[in-house]
Amino acid sequence: MTTTTSPVTDVVADGTTATRATRARARVPWRFIGRRVAFYLFTLWAAITINFFVPRLMKGDAVDNYLARNRGISPEAADALRALLGLDSDRTLLQQYGDYLGMLARGDLGVALTHGLQPVGQVIAGALPWTVGLIGLATVLSFLIGTVGGAVVGWRRGSRLDALIPVTTFLSTVPYFWIGLMAISVFAVTLGWFPIGKAYGIGTTPGLSLEFAGEVIRHGALPLATIVVASLGGWMLGMRNMMLTVLDEDYITVAQAKGLPNRRVLWRYAARNAVLPQIQSFALSIGFIVGGAIIVEQVFSYPGVGKMLLDATNAKDYALMQGGFLVIVLAVLIANILADVAYAVLDPRTRQSEA
Amino acid sequence: MNEPLLSVRDFSVRYETAAPVDAVRDVSLTVHRGEVLGLAGESGCGKTTLAYGVQRLLKPPAVIPGGSVTWHDADGTDVDLLALSADALRAFRWDKISMVFQGAMSALNPVATVGAQLADVFEVHRPGMSRAERTAAVVELLEIVKVGAARIKSYPHELSGGMRQRIMIAMALALRPQLVVMDEPTTALDVLVQREILREITGLREAFGFSVVFITHDLPLLLEISDRIAIMRAGRIVEIDTAPNIWFRPQHEYTRTLLSSFPRLTAERQVTR
Amino acid sequence: MTSIDVQGVSKTYRVRGAGAINALEDVSFTLSSGQTIGMVGQSGSGKSTVAKILTQMERPTSGQVLLDGRPVPTRGAALRAYRQRLRMVFQDPFSSLNPYHSIRHHIERPLVLSGVVPADEVDAEVHRLLDKVQLDAGAVVDRRPHELSGGQRQRVAIARALAPRPALLVADEPVSMLDVSLRMGVLSLLSDIQAQDGLGVLYITHDLATARYFSDEIIVLNQGRVVEHGSADDVILRPQHPYTRELREASPDPERFFVDSAGGAR
Repeated sequence: MTTTTSPVTDVVADGTTATRATRARARVPWRFIGRRVAFYLFTLWAAITINFFVPRLMKGDAVDNYLARNRGISPEAADALRALLGLDSDRTLLQQYGDYLGMLARGDLGVALTHGLQPVGQVIAGALPWTVGLIGLATVLSFLIGTVGGAVVGWRRGSRLDALIPVTTFLSTVPYFWIGLMAISVFAVTLGWFPIGKAYGIGTTPGLSLEFAGEVIRHGALPLATIVVASLGGWMLGMRNMMLTVLDEDYITVAQAKGLPNRRVLWRYAARNAVLPQIQSFALSIGFIVGGAIIVEQVFSYPGVGKMLLDATNAKDYALMQGGFLVIVLAVLIANILADVAYAVLDPRTRQSEA
Repeated sequence: MNEPLLSVRDFSVRYETAAPVDAVRDVSLTVHRGEVLGLAGESGCGKTTLAYGVQRLLKPPAVIPGGSVTWHDADGTDVDLLALSADALRAFRWDKISMVFQGAMSALNPVATVGAQLADVFEVHRPGMSRAERTAAVVELLEIVKVGAARIKSYPHELSGGMRQRIMIAMALALRPQLVVMDEPTTALDVLVQREILREITGLREAFGFSVVFITHDLPLLLEISDRIAIMRAGRIVEIDTAPNIWFRPQHEYTRTLLSSFPRLTAERQVTR
Repeated sequence: MTSIDVQGVSKTYRVRGAGAINALEDVSFTLSSGQTIGMVGQSGSGKSTVAKILTQMERPTSGQVLLDGRPVPTRGAALRAYRQRLRMVFQDPFSSLNPYHSIRHHIERPLVLSGVVPADEVDAEVHRLLDKVQLDAGAVVDRRPHELSGGQRQRVAIARALAPRPALLVADEPVSMLDVSLRMGVLSLLSDIQAQDGLGVLYITHDLATARYFSDEIIVLNQGRVVEHGSADDVILRPQHPYTRELREASPDPERFFVDSAGGAR
């Protein structure tokens, strides 16, 4: 059964006389912002708490694992290690939780057993730039190319450009590791255009030199291209479909009746509205950068967070895993905040949607 | 009053779908300079398709298999609308014929301010205008339709239905066109707001002297505001005559059916209960 | 003889950021079987809120609604029984019918739920109801809503409303989404059924002309208040309240228009 629209919203939304609607601009939506901030803080707290408990629910701790791999460590040394990792069994779970929060607050993520007891923060800091640089750039490029391409394909619906859609969609359904391995076999092994893996050549010393920058670009090009090729389809299809919906809107016909040039109608009227749902997907995909990095970095032996996380998991290096997980959570949250901001800038309707 | 402004001859529109639909069939119609021509008919009768079709605003699968549309400009030249190049057509649109659309909400771009949407008409059609001149022109338009310059930076969702429709009228007047096509401009509005908008249109017509093609299914409304009325059914114009003749001496059966669809507000009741 | 009494009903909605909105303020009227009351007003005047309160989809903030002198039930089996005494016809014939069910299902369900006819007579009753709304029962009974025109769908909606043999009917803008040439047909049908069955009908509309044409009494609502209530002809031909006059002046009326313009008073 249906109900008719409430008369109350009629009063607010439609008004009945031209003088009644009030000017609603330049008002900061504090309530909206406050709710979002509270939401993010809660999510962060929940993630940190889960992050604390999960390793403790697993069987056998990291030190047992470490002992199994490194013979000849005395029981005293093992206890000292436990204390260092915050796993000493004479403290209650609640106390451990307090210690953990305290450490986090000081930016201390513990030490990584698999990296010679280096602080976890340092290990992550070493890996993160590679991931953000490679996969972040690839995601942004893929989003931009896919969205612009999808806008054009949607605008010229029925033309030969439509053939692009099945092709890109097919590429995005092929498992990524397969595309990656094929690209390596064709362009790196057979043709020898690109190096096979790693972020830079073995003989190169990292530094702010032209030579090093060239190495990084040469090594990054192939993984970057494969990621763009594999993820383009989603953006393109999403944008094209949204364009088709928007093109049926009256304001498009109005824009054409106004005699506006096609370019203006396409970008300022159609694409400008069609891109809004894309922004939200984009925020989500930024959050998945670190997670998605695992396969890419494995295939290309790229020294980023994904490979680090995989190695840490295989070695049951809990401190490092927790640190990695925290980075993922922070990435997702930051991406969502950015998407909120972008959405508020791009869609005036959200700016006052507090009621 | 009998000087022609727009002549439509044997005009047809067909939707080339799996089962082709002839939405408009051999319509001939002349809009005279200075008149209000009402176009009445029910949904699906082809009235909107006709109005969009003569301005070549229809999208595929619509095709125009035949007919001619001639514009008799105030400067004395005749323009064959169906033969205009794409660029010439763009320049013609809005400058000579503008439109007021039905859904005032969906007719405005939700992510642009009303000021920007009014200004882009000038940007495109009057490239010589400076930014300050454009703003001044937009302010003037908002004042003319009594929305007020303060709304220049408002977004469509911040305005009431009546105000949005006023913005659409302001937009239609921007270039001082000779003809304004109004497609159900008041249908979604309350009766009081509708009357307000109609008064506004009448006042503006006196000030600017444009002709109007007014499309609606609301025949009683049309009878009050039109000089002549064309009754459309199934893609054809079944009757076209002056408003008093349509009211007092309807010739076509369908015209009588339409008239009887609206009970008289203040007359003696035809049926006693 | 059934009658429903709306006594001093107010309804206040709390809207965050906008404070309280009075959708209805101290509304009173009585609708009895055998009469049609037209309720007119602009959107936002509270017309639909009256419908929601009558069908108990909303509860009044203050005041009460009595059915034959007793407060209408608010929950449980008693409420379901009440809703079979007072039925509703909605504005939108496209969304008020379930696209996945046949016409038969739409009418059978209220018949079975209310138990007004024995199980072996349900099929005959479905046909009788479709006949009653002037649909070709044999042709439409196994179709789905999307196969019917808007006018046919609204007739199905009326048949569904009539199925449990209600005493009262609330029709909320029942024809405003139909093509104009179909409207009078549907309204005449409603009016005929009202007369035959002695129904009490509340006809909610924004259209003064059909309200006058099909109602015995008219209630004019403005911003949640009853500003005028009287016989249909009195309210339309001799309006007392300025708001009613304003509404009347704003409504298209070729009759008066051509008389006035013939007299040169345009």
